[in-house]
Amino acid sequence: MADTVEIRWHGRGGQGTVTAAKVLADACLSGGRYVQAFPEYGPERAGAPLRAYNRVSSKELRTHCPVLRPQAVCVVDATLIDSIDVGEGATEDAIFVVNTSKDPKEIRGKLNAKSGQKVFTVDATKIAIDSIGKALPNASMLGALCKVTHLVSLEHLLEDIKKSFGKKFSQKIIDGNLEATRRGYEEVREG
Amino acid sequence: MSKVVAATGNEAVANALRQVNPDVCAAYPITPQTDMMQRFSSYVSDGQVKTELILVESEHSAMSACIGASAAGGRVATATCGPGLALMWEMLFVASGTRLPIVMPVVNRALSAPLNIHGDHSDAMGARDSGWIHLWSENAQEAYDNTIQAFRIAEHMDIRLPVMVCLDGFIISHSIERMEYLEDDEVKKFVGEYKPLNPLLDLEHPKSMGPLILPDLYHEFKRAQHEVMTKVKDVVLNVAEEFEILSGRRYGLFEAYRLDDAEIALVILNSAAGTSKDVVDEFRKGGIKAGLLKPRLFRPFPYEEVAQALKHLKAICVLDRADSFGGYGPLFMEISSALYPLKERPIMINKIYGLGGRDFLPQHAEQVLSELAEITKTGKFKIIKEYIGVRE
Repeated sequence: MADTVEIRWHGRGGQGTVTAAKVLADACLSGGRYVQAFPEYGPERAGAPLRAYNRVSSKELRTHCPVLRPQAVCVVDATLIDSIDVGEGATEDAIFVVNTSKDPKEIRGKLNAKSGQKVFTVDATKIAIDSIGKALPNASMLGALCKVTHLVSLEHLLEDIKKSFGKKFSQKIIDGNLEATRRGYEEVREG
Repeated sequence: MSKVVAATGNEAVANALRQVNPDVCAAYPITPQTDMMQRFSSYVSDGQVKTELILVESEHSAMSACIGASAAGGRVATATCGPGLALMWEMLFVASGTRLPIVMPVVNRALSAPLNIHGDHSDAMGARDSGWIHLWSENAQEAYDNTIQAFRIAEHMDIRLPVMVCLDGFIISHSIERMEYLEDDEVKKFVGEYKPLNPLLDLEHPKSMGPLILPDLYHEFKRAQHEVMTKVKDVVLNVAEEFEILSGRRYGLFEAYRLDDAEIALVILNSAAGTSKDVVDEFRKGGIKAGLLKPRLFRPFPYEEVAQALKHLKAICVLDRADSFGGYGPLFMEISSALYPLKERPIMINKIYGLGGRDFLPQHAEQVLSELAEITKTGKFKIIKEYIGVRE
């Protein structure tokens, strides 16, 4: 991908979207890269639509404003596609990663994706219920996003999640998240 | 040896305070500063600092407690933002008038009404004349570096004045960015052992502080406060020089970005300066000689140095993230004063942007630079102060 990769996340409060953006930034620090991760702050409520952003670059990042032309769009809650334009400003060759059990082709149609844009799907909520026991799709989405953007290797991402979560959570939760990340990476499909 | 991390502005400044390990910190939580002091209070609870943390019932009390602790002879820090800084207002003047070297990160936030918690410079601009030294920071790295340097500036024996370190609320305080931390022992060595001056707890030498001064001497007292401010610039530069040896990062009174051969320039504080620098580069690629000046030391304001840096320009725009209703933006007024003594000076315009956290986008910098390029062709401008990024 380009020198600077800009990512926009769409999720709902309580799904761990902001945490996913933060973990991604941390994991992308490797190789001397510059990173940014920041959410859009509004009235934070569980279930309310929210956006978060990442920038990853080989050059110093000086711009401090929302991502307007994302090369990757990560939709953590597919019900948002009905109410907001998740594709707004996305580049002609943007990559979409959507959390859904539906067929990627069906989602592609729903997104009205342009010919150069790629649409991937992953059933991140199901993976989360299987591996963590809760409907927290962020780890699987992160795994899927890394697979399709090649920003970091799976091994590196897993190491970083271990490190970030190690201080705060029990071994059971960490293991569940690592499993969810791995499965998200493996099960993401293109439409 | 530095350590590369991905951290928020609040996290970075809290870490600087941990590394400095002040004797006393009195603070009251207020968004977007809360998370900084919450982190610092964890350091206190976990025994990572020896700081006595005083939890108070308001910012007025926070600054009062800091004043008491500093007068007693301790190294003291606090942090606040927006309405919290406004509530401290009375005590800010007591801290500077008593010459107490308190360090205070200010996470810039809008003032009410209407209630708004987002990034805006109205809070610190309101404290412009409080006798504090002001350092402004573009990003988490600068906020961290400025906080460490602030202790050296405040505590310098020729200065002994409080310092506020400004960083943009949410845009910097809550965004994660790549930055570098110095090692704990490097920071400890850089700030050095605290040397109290006339501490109240020196019981062998009793003294009183903050007495009533009548018209016979108050005027002289205030003039003395001005006199000490004239020495601040040199101290800021000397501390920056030492800091550069330690960190490899260079600081001055302001940042002059591509100004040497520039014809048009933006003057802008904090995080929006970063966004603007990328746009300046784009204009340079298009053959337009654009530049930027980002003030760092706002009080005392380096008028002569700023005038030297801007005098050759054809047109400049000063962008303010604060307003003086019925007047020009506060930064514009400083730059006008700086350029006034020159015989020939650039055409100046003023734009108010980003109030209450309204996004400052690259297109806003583009719009202003294009307007300046046009002004250089015609030599004419329509209006001095205007609002950009306003929804019509």
